[in-house]
Amino acid sequence: MKCDLVVVGGGPGGSMAAKAAAAAGLNVVMLEKRQEIGDPVRCAEGVSKRSLHKMVQPEPEWISSEVKGARLYAPDGNSIVMSEDKSGGEVGYVLERKVFDRGLAMLAAQAGARVMVKTRALGLIKKDGAVCGVSAMRIGEPIQIEAPLVIGADGVESKVGRWAGIDTTLKLDDIESCAQFLVQDASIDDDYTEFFLGNSIAPSGYAWSFPKGRKLANIGLGIQGSRSKPGEAVRLLRQLMKSRFPNGRVVEMVVGGDPCSGPINSAIADGVMLVGDAARQTDPLTGGGILNAMKAGAIAGEVAAKAISAGDFTRKGLQEYEARWKEDIGKTLARSFQLKEFFVKLTDKDINQLIGSLAKEDITKMDLGGMLRVLFRLNPKLLWSLKSLII
Amino acid sequence: MLTVNRYKCCYCGACVGVCPTCALELVETWLEVSTECKECGLCAKICPVGALEVRA
Repeated sequence: MKCDLVVVGGGPGGSMAAKAAAAAGLNVVMLEKRQEIGDPVRCAEGVSKRSLHKMVQPEPEWISSEVKGARLYAPDGNSIVMSEDKSGGEVGYVLERKVFDRGLAMLAAQAGARVMVKTRALGLIKKDGAVCGVSAMRIGEPIQIEAPLVIGADGVESKVGRWAGIDTTLKLDDIESCAQFLVQDASIDDDYTEFFLGNSIAPSGYAWSFPKGRKLANIGLGIQGSRSKPGEAVRLLRQLMKSRFPNGRVVEMVVGGDPCSGPINSAIADGVMLVGDAARQTDPLTGGGILNAMKAGAIAGEVAAKAISAGDFTRKGLQEYEARWKEDIGKTLARSFQLKEFFVKLTDKDINQLIGSLAKEDITKMDLGGMLRVLFRLNPKLLWSLKSLII
Repeated sequence: MLTVNRYKCCYCGACVGVCPTCALELVETWLEVSTECKECGLCAKICPVGALEVRA
């Protein structure tokens, strides 16, 4: 089989890339190793409403619920509230990823991309050192797909980058080990995403509740890999359930690894572009990755079309992708990485002090930057090392 | 050697992302371990469900 572009991975990044490239006239094949796109889920499903609408017109069935804001709990139980349009990060919509991912794949298919499920990439085909396709296993049968360009959208367990010589291996400091239950409980706040901070709750991470409507919520947590031990994420989640949601009924279980390394220096190689979790474009502070993957995917798809028409598939020919994703999301990712590096070291006493200091401040109208500036003013000694990031 | 408890594994692929020798591969619900495995145990440490174990 021959085509212009192979996209490896049918998540939001892959589908947006396939959609953009197909819409620009390329002959695109998108491979998904699972037999069902979007399932099993590995995500807390929160996205910013405004940012999602900038990317795509969402169908009503993609969205489980809409939240008004976020509430952050300190280890001592004190809390603060941020409103939806200002908290900036991953609140707004709580998606139904199984339907959402499939919906985006449908958009790619409608734009003309060929989607192959239960098809797993095995390696890059190279000729005289240049990428010229992907070898794959399709429903147990080997196939070769010839193409001068490959987009790796193959997630946390990405192989495409490593095959192309881009080292995407995550250090234990740079991955969060996560576990989540879908929970039915009368005590769930349907209107607010909740975050629970503390080293005994989720060491160098946080716990969350993303409400999905009708007293159903994704309740989970992530812990820094270096502070994990076998089975720790699930053990801590059970502990959280016991203390916070003792009457909760668990109807689904989700686990996963969330990259928080900050983006790799270069997401391109000759004939190859990486997008989304594969390029470690996940926000290291929040762990949110859907929108960044979609943005990067759309850019990569456009650049693929340009590269095909120019006939240049080398690193140089793909440089526009590198420049544009860095311009769009690179700076925020770099800042989030520095903030994460700081926040993972905080003691419970520090977190109590920071959240407690906001008790008398009106932060409901502030964005993250504004809140950080207030925090800095109230806690200059504790936050001094972040001075250059905040002011 | 590295053992995978198939009854525990939730096939999330976190282990694949941290493997320094690219020895792990997630095939839908089946985690494959290749001969490249150096038994470093990083995967076992971060496994959210504790499905991996390096045994002497």
